Amino acid sequence: MNRRTLLITLAAPVATPFLTKLAAQSAASGNDTVLIQNATILTITNGTVKGSILLQGGKIAAIGEKVLAPTGAKVIDGAGKFVMPGIIDCHSHIMAEAINEGSVSVSSMVGIEDVLNPEDIGIYRALAGGVTTANILHGSANSIGGKTIVMKMRWGKNAQAMKFEGAMPGIKFALGENPKRAGQAVAAGLAGAPTGARYPATRMGVEDVIREAFNDAKDYKAVWAAYNAKAAKGEIVIPPNRDLKLDALVEVLDGKRLVHAHCYRQDEILMLIHVADDYGFKIRTFQHVLEGYKVAKEIAAHGAGASTFADWWAYKLEAQDAIPWNAAILVKKGVLTSLNSDDAELMRHLDKEAAKTVKYGGLTETEALSLVTINPAKQLKIDNRVGSLEVGKDADVLLYDAHPLSNFSKVEKVWIDGHPYFDRDEDIANRTKKDLEKKALIQKASADQRGPGGRGGTATPPPTTPQEGSNQ
Amino acid sequence: MTQRFSALWRSRRLPASWSTAALTALALASVAPPHLLAQTKGTWLLQDARIVPVSGPALDHGAVLVRDGLIEAVGANLPGLNIPKDASVIDCKGLTIYPGLVDGLSNWGLTNSPPTSAAPAAGGRGGGRGPAPAPAAPTPTPAPQGQTASRGPEDRPSTTSWIKAADQLYPNDRALETARNGGFTSAVTFPTGNIFSGQGSVINLAGERAGDLVLAEAVGQYLSLRTAGFRSYPGSLMGTIAYIRQIYLDADRYKLAKAIYEKHPQGLQRPAYDRALEGVLASQRILLPATRNVEVERMLAFAQELKINDVKVNAILYGGHEAWRSIDVLKQSGTPVLLSLKYPEKATDADPALDEADRILELRDKAPNTPGALAKAGIKFAFYSDGVATPRELKAAVKKAIDAGLDPAAALRALTLSPAEIFGVSDRIGSIEKGKIANLVVADGDLFATSTKVKYVFIDGARFEPPVEEAAPARPNGGRGAGRGGPAR
Repeated sequence: MNRRTLLITLAAPVATPFLTKLAAQSAASGNDTVLIQNATILTITNGTVKGSILLQGGKIAAIGEKVLAPTGAKVIDGAGKFVMPGIIDCHSHIMAEAINEGSVSVSSMVGIEDVLNPEDIGIYRALAGGVTTANILHGSANSIGGKTIVMKMRWGKNAQAMKFEGAMPGIKFALGENPKRAGQAVAAGLAGAPTGARYPATRMGVEDVIREAFNDAKDYKAVWAAYNAKAAKGEIVIPPNRDLKLDALVEVLDGKRLVHAHCYRQDEILMLIHVADDYGFKIRTFQHVLEGYKVAKEIAAHGAGASTFADWWAYKLEAQDAIPWNAAILVKKGVLTSLNSDDAELMRHLDKEAAKTVKYGGLTETEALSLVTINPAKQLKIDNRVGSLEVGKDADVLLYDAHPLSNFSKVEKVWIDGHPYFDRDEDIANRTKKDLEKKALIQKASADQRGPGGRGGTATPPPTTPQEGSNQ
Repeated sequence: MTQRFSALWRSRRLPASWSTAALTALALASVAPPHLLAQTKGTWLLQDARIVPVSGPALDHGAVLVRDGLIEAVGANLPGLNIPKDASVIDCKGLTIYPGLVDGLSNWGLTNSPPTSAAPAAGGRGGGRGPAPAPAAPTPTPAPQGQTASRGPEDRPSTTSWIKAADQLYPNDRALETARNGGFTSAVTFPTGNIFSGQGSVINLAGERAGDLVLAEAVGQYLSLRTAGFRSYPGSLMGTIAYIRQIYLDADRYKLAKAIYEKHPQGLQRPAYDRALEGVLASQRILLPATRNVEVERMLAFAQELKINDVKVNAILYGGHEAWRSIDVLKQSGTPVLLSLKYPEKATDADPALDEADRILELRDKAPNTPGALAKAGIKFAFYSDGVATPRELKAAVKKAIDAGLDPAAALRALTLSPAEIFGVSDRIGSIEKGKIANLVVADGDLFATSTKVKYVFIDGARFEPPVEEAAPARPNGGRGAGRGGPAR
């Protein structure tokens, strides 16, 4: 609770969005030229550089021991500080105003893109934790869920302008307890009403649903191909229906849409690999994948990635057989591995989650940081743009006051496309003002409500005590 | 004040229905005070009034001649000699004539609540008359088909796109009388409650039979973003949006398939008849809900995407409380907005310790600023009642917007000509102009001032006199007097 109120307050300084037009505002609109000097620069892909990094035109323009400041550049002294690429979260549900279309077993007709809320305070909180890009997923209520979308945390912009331009779209699959739970009427609180149950009720049923869906998708593709062939010959034919549900699955078959599959147990991971092989598509990432360490070789052979938690488990039966070495074992077995949040709170300390893999599994610092930067970028196929500090890549950059893997480090500044989106000092400086503004609003509303001859003064006065921790 | 009731009933043209009307009037007269009933559609000359035509500048000492339900002339006072012989003259010295008010999105006429005049007097309410809030009756929309859960878009969940408000009217709906008494003469009334709810109709708020009320029977499709619950498709906001998108794809293909089949019925399988798609294809406009800025942007983008055979779908947004933040996108898109007069309020049972987000506090504070902001930017908008039941409350809400910076002339327009324009009936109602339908309100002062009383309302040229309000016990501001039931909905 306190944390929440704190963050609402914390968010306030940049809470006024500048929504000017529907069209995507240019991603590189932050034309600020910034030179950070004397810092420890963790490039992730090219070692550590003690020196300077130049952000210009929305891109990383130079990294080196000495970089000359162009005219007009804002120079920041990074002495004692650390610079690293923006964190990428491969599994988040922030900024979605709906998560699950759980009414049907296959909901590939729906998409998170339709329900984005660019004013979700979770975005700002994620920025404060160093996240600059996130994969926003549909929930896990059904075997084949909705369409996913990759977003940059351009807080203050509209939904259109926050989309990661050119990132491949994805789709959520889910195996195990969640998709089969809806098949169990009693568990869903529908005692005595088995008619309310939704197929499937078992793990076998989940597999069946996925196979049936892809059978339908193949038929659908064939029907359209036949129609197009006839129409091309000039025959009089009525076009078949467009089906948004099957359109998305055809994109999966055609390799145009990445599959992110929620899973826990090794048996169902193997099942999905077999299904994908049978139908000729690829699983891009296994999500959660807490038993991934048992089938790492098979996951690697399929070419899939794994996106897991450092040490979050035991919240249900299928999440019991988990170990903190999971990520490290996956990495060592050659699986492209990332750590994700799946949670607005965890999202704010993915750096610290990465640090755990140094202790459990003995990953190097760079390997650990890769789990939340370049690896998720590769999983989302956006590594040509983000995920490491390289000249020419997007200037999605974090400035830390200490080593990012230290428990005592804080994110001080965040740039996306070279544009500043979070500044800890500015935030702190603005808190008092925002507190007062809010208090004034509350008092005004309360006065309006009482009005003449109103509630006889029973209205509770607005809280006046400052929120605990708001000076932190 | 001269009040001549000697309307000249021109018996040579008296239609049969008028006899019925007269009989009904007599029958009702025994239980209801006569002033509640319409006078006749005779010829009226409203003399020496200040006329606010909305479509042009105000006119002092003007006259309006009403004949056969239409405005026959508007102009300066007629010299005595030129007064038509058949006209009943009403001296409007000191009074102002406005076009009848229009509720831009309403459910008036669709609730089957009996008129107060026919209902037994509620205890102690002075014969049960007066602007009592209409009970919150559900709009009579058919239940979703069948009892079983919808399994996908093909089941056409929560869809009654084919119905029209005009076919569901209750001319005795008490809401009509309540609204009339406050100066409302028309409404664009919609079936609501489904994702595709059906088409709205422009109606006048008085008439003997349902058909008499109707000015335009199908002016647009009302969409909501409701869900069918977790176990029935669509169970989420994104499901609902995907469903609407699928329906437009289906409608597009349906139209094409039907055209191909009409030309070549032999050798082709016939496309199945689909009433849901028929209803959508018949809709000239669609109403999309958008209250917050985020929703305005979302719905504008969505509306742009919806097309049938490459023809853009005409969208109108409704809600709009936070649209003060959406000025640029609204202006750019040219989409009109129906602004709700039910401002967002903190729930009366809200936890007093609840720490609300800045955004919510700001929304409540600024909602009344929205009309003024839209007017300044030249964005077309109209007001709508949104369940606020009494004209008194509606006018108080308009007054709030005026106090927050809305030009009073723009406020009036948003309740008269603008809704008429948005729904394509401005050639019939919305202003005081020659040839238009004689929907007028005559008041003893500025229409939105609290002290102003409505003297007469004319609908289709028939005169109504609102009951004189007793020195009403002033409603405490914002207080919910127990037993009043609060605003409907």
